Amino acid sequence: MNPVNYLYLAALLFTIGASGVLIRRNAIVLFMCVELMLNASNLALVTFSRMHGNLDGQIIAFFTMVVAAAEVVVGLAIIVSIFRTRHSASVDDSNLMKL
Amino acid sequence: MTSSGEAVQFWILAVIAVGGALGMLLMRKAVHSALCLAATMLALAVCYLAQGAVFLGVVQIVVYTGAIMMLFLFVVMLVGVTTADSLKEQLKGQRIAAVFCGLGFGVLLIAGIANARLSHFTGLAEANAEGNAQGLARLIFTKYVWAFELTGALLITAAIGAMVLTHREHVKTPRTQRELAAQRVKDNIQLPPLPAPGVYARHNAVDVPGLLPDGTVAEDSVMATLRERGQIRDVSPQMIRRMAELESTTADWLGRPPSARPPVTGPRKALETVPKKAAPRQAAPKQEEDEA
Repeated sequence: MNPVNYLYLAALLFTIGASGVLIRRNAIVLFMCVELMLNASNLALVTFSRMHGNLDGQIIAFFTMVVAAAEVVVGLAIIVSIFRTRHSASVDDSNLMKL
Repeated sequence: MTSSGEAVQFWILAVIAVGGALGMLLMRKAVHSALCLAATMLALAVCYLAQGAVFLGVVQIVVYTGAIMMLFLFVVMLVGVTTADSLKEQLKGQRIAAVFCGLGFGVLLIAGIANARLSHFTGLAEANAEGNAQGLARLIFTKYVWAFELTGALLITAAIGAMVLTHREHVKTPRTQRELAAQRVKDNIQLPPLPAPGVYARHNAVDVPGLLPDGTVAEDSVMATLRERGQIRDVSPQMIRRMAELESTTADWLGRPPSARPPVTGPRKALETVPKKAAPRQAAPKQEEDEA
């Protein structure tokens, strides 16, 4: 098997995540789709690291994980505070910026 | 080229990962989506381990599957567990268009990878010579140390941001118990505790209201939730007699002795006053038997 298959897998997962962001309406599921896209890019980075024989790709994947963790914390806090004021987790319902 | 073992592993993991991702996309409930995503992340972690990224594989399991997915599940339980995704489209034909966009994007990405010259794979044997974690640590604390420091600032900002966003200010100070009691006295609606359910009725279940001395139902004795739902049990004499008949037929069918049967009570009579000089001491245990 050619290790390029890992890249194809990453591309497929990224595509599924991107379609999910467009299709789903629930804000939490939307966030999960973003996480899936980040994971797919991590897989691609790890594969690139293996391809080139140095660890820089893995370092970037590590930083991506840290950023994803921070992003999830803030994003979920925003979702919770929107849910408190609107009683809805649907992205269709929140069409005003003010809370 | 890789070993056939890794090929088998890859195909199994790829099926799990893509299946999990599709499940996340297609499941209507957010909890199911979260579990599907957790399966995908675990499969990806094993992919990392197979590719020589040992540290990242473990971090993926600990941070993503352990921490982030649990955070997701917490928020789903707080927020979205009752809210299923609505199938109503705000923009007409948006879903179809999104599916086509996704397909086109995927074809573009995969065609791009297929066209790239990716025949040569160096492998990580040399880079991982002193150990994967050691190699990563060497890079993080030398070449990428500035980015690493910024990461710390980012994490602190995120933690503070989450606290600020979810913190709720009280508009006015919450009322103390003393103030609530004073308010109750002032309103003069119900000063003593509410009557207990079922005390003077046949059962002492919470949905059986207590009866007032004149035989009417004390609605206050049933909790407000059941009252709202209209789940107060009917305790009229007719109903109670029907229930007693039902119980006695059950006892007949089960072959219970008469002493083990519940007494058949009629409509409430006036309270009998016990004569003072009567009731010798020997009669007391016998009376208990009758009641049983």
